[in-house]
Amino acid sequence: MGPMQRSMKRSWLNGWVVAIAVAGAMAAVLPFSAANAAGDSAGHAIERQEWSFGGFTGQYDQAQLQRGFQVYQQVCTACHGLKRVRFRNLAEPGGPMFPEAAIKALAASWPYQISGELDDQGNPIDRLPGPADQMVGPYKNDVQARAAQGGALPPDLSLIVKARTIETHAPWYSHWFHMLVDVVTGYQEAGADYLYALLTGYHDAPAGVTVGDGMYYNTAFHGNQLAMPPPLIKDAPVEYQPEAGVKATLEQNARDVTAFLAWASDPTLDTRKRLGWQVMLYLLITTVLLYLVKRKIWSRIEH
Amino acid sequence: MSGISYSSYKPTTKVGKWMDERLPVGRMFHAQFVDFPTPRNLNYWWTFGGILSFCLMAQIVTGIVLAMHYQPSGEMAFDSVERIRRDVNFGWLIRNLHAVGASMFFIAAYVHIFRGLYYGSYKAPREILWIIGVIIFIVMMATAFMGYSLPWGQMSFWGVTVITNLFSSIDSIVPGLGTTVVEWLWGGYSVTGVTLNRFFSLHYLLPFVLAGLVVLHVWALHVVGQNSPMGLDVKTPSDGVPFTPYATSKDAVGMFAFLLFFCWFAFFLPDYLGHADNYVEANPLVTPPHIVPEWYFLPFYAILRAIPSKLGGVIAMFGAIAILVLVPWLDTSKVRSTKYRPLYRWFFWLFVFSCVALGWLGSKPAEAEYVFWARVFTFYYFAHFIVVMPLVGWFEKPLKVPGSITEAVLAKNKGAAAAAPAAKS
Repeated sequence: MGPMQRSMKRSWLNGWVVAIAVAGAMAAVLPFSAANAAGDSAGHAIERQEWSFGGFTGQYDQAQLQRGFQVYQQVCTACHGLKRVRFRNLAEPGGPMFPEAAIKALAASWPYQISGELDDQGNPIDRLPGPADQMVGPYKNDVQARAAQGGALPPDLSLIVKARTIETHAPWYSHWFHMLVDVVTGYQEAGADYLYALLTGYHDAPAGVTVGDGMYYNTAFHGNQLAMPPPLIKDAPVEYQPEAGVKATLEQNARDVTAFLAWASDPTLDTRKRLGWQVMLYLLITTVLLYLVKRKIWSRIEH
Repeated sequence: MSGISYSSYKPTTKVGKWMDERLPVGRMFHAQFVDFPTPRNLNYWWTFGGILSFCLMAQIVTGIVLAMHYQPSGEMAFDSVERIRRDVNFGWLIRNLHAVGASMFFIAAYVHIFRGLYYGSYKAPREILWIIGVIIFIVMMATAFMGYSLPWGQMSFWGVTVITNLFSSIDSIVPGLGTTVVEWLWGGYSVTGVTLNRFFSLHYLLPFVLAGLVVLHVWALHVVGQNSPMGLDVKTPSDGVPFTPYATSKDAVGMFAFLLFFCWFAFFLPDYLGHADNYVEANPLVTPPHIVPEWYFLPFYAILRAIPSKLGGVIAMFGAIAILVLVPWLDTSKVRSTKYRPLYRWFFWLFVFSCVALGWLGSKPAEAEYVFWARVFTFYYFAHFIVVMPLVGWFEKPLKVPGSITEAVLAKNKGAAAAAPAAKS
């Protein structure tokens, strides 16, 4: 090893020494960050759940999506719409995959009608939905929804899982590590974790907390006061078909309907991850081959 | 470097000869991308130039396909993006590649910029090359900012509102001018679909401006030649190797390795680099609790909020980018590469740390401690350029720089052979 190379080695080492020294110094003078991490207003950390569709290999569980749809149909449809999902989507691969005939029957028996179209006399009409129509909710527009719900707006649920997340409150010195773990494990289920926590998060308000009129105490909701009444009931959960072999509980209902809504907000997840692995495999092999080619070419000269 | 234009190009076909006498495009490409001498000791940090060209092309191709399905109106934009995700064949893929691609473009650009800073690639005779690079960076940021408005989600809408409102700070210099500028940008008295429509138009235009700037950047590069890890130029034929197959084969490895990283996000973490709030349609009546720009703007956002006055913050934010233009003259060192700068090296890594810290602080609410540290790091950000670069250059005693690339390469290999004689057969 020549003197120049040694000095170069040292130069890289020095860079790392600097980085570590600076990080150490910062750790000593930044005690506020740790306090901040624990000081979240909700007071309840939202726990991560096991999802069949979680991580970089996870896929939807068809049976769970079917159960989830059942919960959605019996509970959520009372107030919410799912306008970006069409009935036919329920029959498509990667989703609940109900039989076509069942979809037709479902659409025809949907409690809400499609409005805004005209008959051949030019008069506005309401009609029953077909398989190609949106899974509309009870209200024709937001104004009507608010009027019926005492001012609160039940949001459309098509994107609710994508539109929610869990705030990270890790202090600065460990934040990067949590990020790294999430990237490496392919964690994208923060929205589902939040929704599950919300659906199972109704509790009696702790002593000293006054809950507003028409509001409900919920540990997951920001500010803890939520206008949505508890949708799932502990003593009367949505019962599943006996052949499903799954015991109906509030938690099971919440888990299943969250999975269904996760599918509604990301219906191409199964295809995406499957194709993803093919692409990764292709890229990995090509990178290795290109590296070997490169090595062969560069072996002609000293470099 | 006139020697660089040397070309061994010999058209072999009749058509090739005919063309070569009329418009020697083949000769030009052969000279610039086959014969062009590239330093024989470039490391993998040098592959990011090619990676960036790929990123720009990929954004243009995916963007053109998206534009075929996208509806740039306040009423339709959000719905049309959802239809692309759900109903267009492979729309989810194109859209993920484009959205994730923007982040990847910035990751590659930041690596490229820090590489230039570390190895002194901005120093004479590469000042114009560097300045074109800074302009590319600015245009890239404008393009990305307008692109993020297009899905018309909550973060799109409020990001546009906050950033365009910054121009109203001009009111404190020329009363009324700031407001006029902001209304002119908006095309009205608030952010509406009209604003979205013009942003879409510019978002489609600017990538082609970028492509033009990239041509100038590469042109300038091929006039002065590439810098190298030792900060030495190619001076003799033995210092360089032909661009093809040497640089091309190494660039290909770098690009595919980068694509692995890119596709990890595009297929498994498509929303990781975005915001959940952007899956809620834009609503002028509901302000999100934390309005945060895209991650690649966070260091500059932290600088903006670190300054107590609005105008001052805006000036500092734009100044943080503009100051890069002066770097070739602020750095007074005779030595290019930080490899041979024992003192400056410390400050370089402190600067990198400051940028990352500012990025983290930019993602946090503007509360007391965060603002305090944002001020500390903002101070260092500017001090690095204005104080450290000129002073360290004067006082530092650099290490001995090898006489030439060839000398350095041969000495290194001789050293390695001496240290491990058994390894070499």
